Amino acid sequence: MSDTDTDESAPVVDELRNEIVARLRADLGDAVVDVHQVPQVDLWVRVTPESWRSAGEALRAQGFDYFCFLSAMDWMPSPFGDGENDPTEEVEEDPAASEIRQGYTGGDTRFQMLARVTDTRRHVSVTLKADLPQHDDGTMSIESWIPVYAGANWHERETHEMFGISFDGHPDLRNMYLPGDFEGYPLRKDFPLLARLVKPWPGIVDVEPMPASDDDEGDDS
Amino acid sequence: MTMLSERQQMSYIAAQAADARLNVELETEGMTLNIGPQHPATHGTLRIIARLDGEQVVWAEPSAGYMHRGYEKLTEVRTFPQVTALINRIDWLGSFANEVPFILAAEQLMDIEAPPRAQHIRTILFELSRIANVSLFLGDLGVQMGAVTPVFMAFRDREYVLNLIEGATGGRFHPNFDRIGGLKDDLPKGWLDETRQVMKKLRNFCDEIEDLLFGNEIFQSRTRGIGVIPADVARQYGLSGANLRASGVDWDLRRDQSLPLAYDKVDFRVWTHPDGDSWARCWIRLQEVREATKIVDQLIETLPPGPVMTKVPRIIKVPEGEAWVSTENPLGEMGYYVVSKGDLGPFRVKIRSASFNNISITPWVLKGVYVPDIITILASLYFILGDIDR
Repeated sequence: MSDTDTDESAPVVDELRNEIVARLRADLGDAVVDVHQVPQVDLWVRVTPESWRSAGEALRAQGFDYFCFLSAMDWMPSPFGDGENDPTEEVEEDPAASEIRQGYTGGDTRFQMLARVTDTRRHVSVTLKADLPQHDDGTMSIESWIPVYAGANWHERETHEMFGISFDGHPDLRNMYLPGDFEGYPLRKDFPLLARLVKPWPGIVDVEPMPASDDDEGDDS
Repeated sequence: MTMLSERQQMSYIAAQAADARLNVELETEGMTLNIGPQHPATHGTLRIIARLDGEQVVWAEPSAGYMHRGYEKLTEVRTFPQVTALINRIDWLGSFANEVPFILAAEQLMDIEAPPRAQHIRTILFELSRIANVSLFLGDLGVQMGAVTPVFMAFRDREYVLNLIEGATGGRFHPNFDRIGGLKDDLPKGWLDETRQVMKKLRNFCDEIEDLLFGNEIFQSRTRGIGVIPADVARQYGLSGANLRASGVDWDLRRDQSLPLAYDKVDFRVWTHPDGDSWARCWIRLQEVREATKIVDQLIETLPPGPVMTKVPRIIKVPEGEAWVSTENPLGEMGYYVVSKGDLGPFRVKIRSASFNNISITPWVLKGVYVPDIITILASLYFILGDIDR
């Protein structure tokens, strides 16, 4: 459940975060799919997409009344490669590089919801995740968080515009940044960054020497 | 404390409803008013579309996006050290403060920590960014209400702070000075003495502004009881920084979380105000500039010796993982959700900027106010367009 880097023999116990998880499990039951904890640092919880809003309500009832942000993740590696790599260097073919690999708390879908709420009294935050299954026509939708956190309004508009995820119950999913007739979803990984395709970045050539780095650190390539 | 601000708001709404009924009797016609994109009160290009009934706002909606630069996408094709050059430009008045949470997130993933001296200097520069940023806000506040003198004073005294930042980093607006594992350079000779002098000047500036602006009757009557935001609403919208503390929420990320910065070594006060109106938001910011000068003074006295850079590989690869780090920036909570797949660059960076949340409350808070109050409320919420649009 937790992968700490602490080398002490006694594991760090984070009672506050353990209690949060226990209450969340009591409220939501099986809807809590997975939990990842770095004691004293942070907490990740993945819930089922059906319980996205009720998870928000449960957290709010626990005292997490400060809305931090809401967004999404596209876990597919970019089909255009890593833009930051040195274009003059041969890239070795790695079949694992094109695999979809979800981060903390795992998952089954390419897209995931991501949101963070904070308890300003206990000074603790939770990052909430949920899988986003695609419907038959390729669209995705999830319940809106506006009834729980009014501040989610703009964040959901932004997520809709950038990832193409629609939010059930959102009153107004107009674009915030792009023109109304813009096609495509810019933050999806399969949306090309045209400027980078036309002219590759010099990448690694640009790395400036670090002031404290001695010559024994790596070779100058 | 919350009770008081709610009651104030209710009486305010009731008074406005009475006026609105009068308008109905007179059968005034509605009107749509566009404020911006080019308006001195918008700090960039924010457009407010307001539906008016007489002098009152029935409905208002800000329209952002005139300055969207797509930083979240651009970070995906940059190496970790290159990203700081971009994120400098999010909140351009307090640039150094933008770099710190990102660098800390990368360091958290790499499991390294900057040496104590670097942490100290980071904190000093962080607070200098706050002073430069918020002192301009204090001067600008006057302009929004027709007073021209404060802004000249602000530009005059901010210059000293910008000179300090330039002296240490080489950049007045975009230092790009923070590195994974420490700082690019140590402080130049004589910089600390200079800083002590400037902090005295800035405290004088705060006193002057307090006399000139906060003591002004017009300023008070235009901000007191205007744009009241109760604590519950503020938290729900994710208001942060001075806006949240002005609603009585005692929460400051400098004090309330443990990051490898030097805030635990200084003694400072987190100011709150129970009223939640425009006045409270401005007043909190004035106090925060004062506190920041005191923090800088204390940090200068306790600056530890040693290196400013820890050992990092020449080519930085950040191990796979996810990290969230947010700091108390001049505008509020600014944080980065950094996802790394073990490559040279981040897989995804979600940028949570303070102004985006702070300004998303405007449709709520502008409902029912009078047209001139739109300007003072927006000014007191304080946003930077680059921080909304990213």
